[in-house]
Amino acid sequence: MEQLIRSGFSGRVTKSGFLGAARSMSTAWWSHVEPAAKDPILGVTEAFLADPSPNKVNVGVGAYRDDNGKPVVLGCVREAERRIAGNLNMEYLPMGGSVKMVEETLKLAYGENSDLIKDKRIAAVQALSGTGACRLFADFQKRFSPDSQIYIPVPTWSNHHNIWRDANVPQRTFHYYHPESKGLDFASLMDDVKNAPNGSFFLLHACAHNPTGVDPTEEQWKEISYQFKVKGHYALFDMAYQGFASGDPERDAKSIRIFLEDGHLIGCAQSYAKNMGLYGQRVGCLSMVCEDEKQAVAVKSQLQQIARPMYSNPPIHGALVVSIILTDPDLKKLWLKEVKGMADRIIGMRTSLRENLENLGSPLSWDHITKQIGMFCYSGMTPEQVDRLTNEFHIYLTRNGRISMAGVTTGNVGYLANAIHEVTKTA
Amino acid sequence: MHGGKASLSPSSSSDRRLSALVRHLEGSSSIVMGGSKDPSIAASPTSARNSVFEHILQASEDPILGVTVAYNKDPSPVKLNLGVGAYRTEEGKPLVLNVVRRAEQMLVNDKSRVKEYLPIVGLADFNKLSAKLILGADSPAIQENRVTTVQCLSGTGSLKIGAEFLYRHYNQHTILIPKPTWGNHARIFALSGIAVTSYRYYDPATRGLNFEGLLEDLGSAPSGAIVLLHACAHNPTGVDPTPQQWEKIRQLMRSKALLPFFDSAYQGFASGNLDTDAHSVRIFVADGGECLVAQSYAKNMGLYGERVGALSIVCRTPDVAGRVESQLKLVIRPMYSNPPIHGASIVARILKDSTMYQEWTVELKAMADRIISMRQKLFDALRNKGTPGDWSHIIKQIGMFTFTGLNRNQVSFMTEEYHIYMTSDGRISMAGLSSKTVPHLADAIHAAVTRLDDD
Repeated sequence: MEQLIRSGFSGRVTKSGFLGAARSMSTAWWSHVEPAAKDPILGVTEAFLADPSPNKVNVGVGAYRDDNGKPVVLGCVREAERRIAGNLNMEYLPMGGSVKMVEETLKLAYGENSDLIKDKRIAAVQALSGTGACRLFADFQKRFSPDSQIYIPVPTWSNHHNIWRDANVPQRTFHYYHPESKGLDFASLMDDVKNAPNGSFFLLHACAHNPTGVDPTEEQWKEISYQFKVKGHYALFDMAYQGFASGDPERDAKSIRIFLEDGHLIGCAQSYAKNMGLYGQRVGCLSMVCEDEKQAVAVKSQLQQIARPMYSNPPIHGALVVSIILTDPDLKKLWLKEVKGMADRIIGMRTSLRENLENLGSPLSWDHITKQIGMFCYSGMTPEQVDRLTNEFHIYLTRNGRISMAGVTTGNVGYLANAIHEVTKTA
Repeated sequence: MHGGKASLSPSSSSDRRLSALVRHLEGSSSIVMGGSKDPSIAASPTSARNSVFEHILQASEDPILGVTVAYNKDPSPVKLNLGVGAYRTEEGKPLVLNVVRRAEQMLVNDKSRVKEYLPIVGLADFNKLSAKLILGADSPAIQENRVTTVQCLSGTGSLKIGAEFLYRHYNQHTILIPKPTWGNHARIFALSGIAVTSYRYYDPATRGLNFEGLLEDLGSAPSGAIVLLHACAHNPTGVDPTPQQWEKIRQLMRSKALLPFFDSAYQGFASGNLDTDAHSVRIFVADGGECLVAQSYAKNMGLYGERVGALSIVCRTPDVAGRVESQLKLVIRPMYSNPPIHGASIVARILKDSTMYQEWTVELKAMADRIISMRQKLFDALRNKGTPGDWSHIIKQIGMFTFTGLNRNQVSFMTEEYHIYMTSDGRISMAGLSSKTVPHLADAIHAAVTRLDDD
């Protein structure tokens, strides 16, 4: 049999004739395919699920959990779905997605009374959550600014690198996180902005930086915006946590508003995965501010051309949920309340984790836990320490030391603090 | 701030805020015009009304989806949309299958359901059931664990993921697509770096299959080339090979080591029978060889906008299938991370419940039957009017579309004079017809054919 397979095209005729030849040829097609490495983030949850330990804790992927460690479907979402089921049809959305959903989404990012919206200067399409929005932008950038690069902060969400790589856009990095202070390396960041060639493309996290939780202050954002003007840089904001960081969506959009006030023609990738808990529905939006309405129409038409050969048009269900919630004043109020509730619980857990560690007498400083914002805490632990947390304590997180605070509960914060203390006390 | 500072770093952030404000107030617009007033700021693309995307031209409308756009704009009360292939009832309304409504209601009522991210490959149940649906529950490939199935965004998404995978891991970057084919096929593959050529398929003279041409073109294709095959109900022509012809195609392809990539967007919708419509795929899988299959639930479950589909790759061994799956994940993650949960959950609910599955087959057959009856009605109407030409292809072709054979001029004429919207290649969606509207269409075709030349 082996010989038959290796003979390939030698034309050896077997009992099954041409079928034998077909079999022997086709073994060659995929035998060279290597097993791919597991996704570092999503692989964590897979490992967690496989662990039989009753003490296991998942602080890996950034999905919100309530204080019982359970996933949450927001009340406003349940109500919206109740209204959808059985009442609406499932026709194709336009290539650009749900017009209503996009309109409401732009208001969140750009402001209810934004002139840019009134003047129709924003090209915007519904996208497959934040990933899809970033990917549309990356493909667009490749097509229409083919010689450009993208500057990405260090560190960043690991999938950002994959996205721009698959779009064939060369990547550069800029300084962001300052390991010693566990805060922002503002001076180096500004140097990198200044040293980049004029007109460079930068990826900025609008709020609740992933994975560090470290955000520039308002003043720092203003300086960054100013320097961007000097250099003529392009700012693409990835906003995956609006409302989730401070609890107030308006406040969380501050960085974007600063850039808009300064007249930048920004790009913005928005996601409803976390702030509406719509993770698996894949709902998001990519918008790009243009000089005028005509240009916005042109840019939008080109974005649609990128989406069409990828998936034709985006999924309807999540978009309906979003637009029902945002266009119903009572549901919108409920949403704002629920999003604040989620943000507050996380802020509470930050305080609790820090206090626990301090009470254990940790020799290290843990105030970065409460200084950082959003879903993640960049603990500063090394990969080796993380491995110990996983192997000895069944605590699952990504090896860069990023803790998803959403996975911390009053029930497990003590256990978590203790484990962290154990692996870091001799650091 | 203005005209003063020589250095690039202003003294304080409040100075900068002030100067920005001043500029705002000075100009008649709210946009900062850099450069001319403050020498410390160079004219900068993003803040000075100069977009880095200034040069962009408006893209042309998608030919298929553009038809609906034009239709929507038309105020005529007799307008008819025979463009996009979305099923319509006799009343001309979109249809959500009863079994789908029930499944959706069950999902909504189940308070234990959450909205967590699906795995990158999608919903496991959905994947297994989809593979069974297209390959057959008793498929040896499934039993031998040689199939990897990933949930994708309907047919388009399945084709796209397959195309990207082939570009990265398959050594032959050529695909042959039938002439004609769905307008989006060429772009999907070309943008993934696969060179697109065509094989003869439709014979305008007979309005049927150009089988000799097809065999010749596949026969002279480079060994190992990818071949796109419509599993059933060819879009746009409605012309399918017979089972005997499929067998010849299979033999030829296997002898040349051509890699089959099936697009199955109409399983159950063509003949009304799910197994019959999967015949072409199954004979290829039965010979033990490898192939790719893109499945869509847009039409046969009416889930259009939910974007539900699956890509299955049938491999030689389970080990290969496992490795292939891991590589598919690397394609998906940087595109959209993981697929949407809602539509796939509906499909899985229906496919795994034997009662619901039965109901689905009944509703599916009803849709297929209505279309078949529309074909008959249109054919009869044209025959009764004595419209010149042989219109038997209307009842010979299968599935949602009829390739009428009308030319661009005739199509434009029908749109302008009769408000009938269809793609310029003469394709009409039978699903958009009803007993009430058939006469209007027949009138239009009759007029177009008798008043304009058939070139």
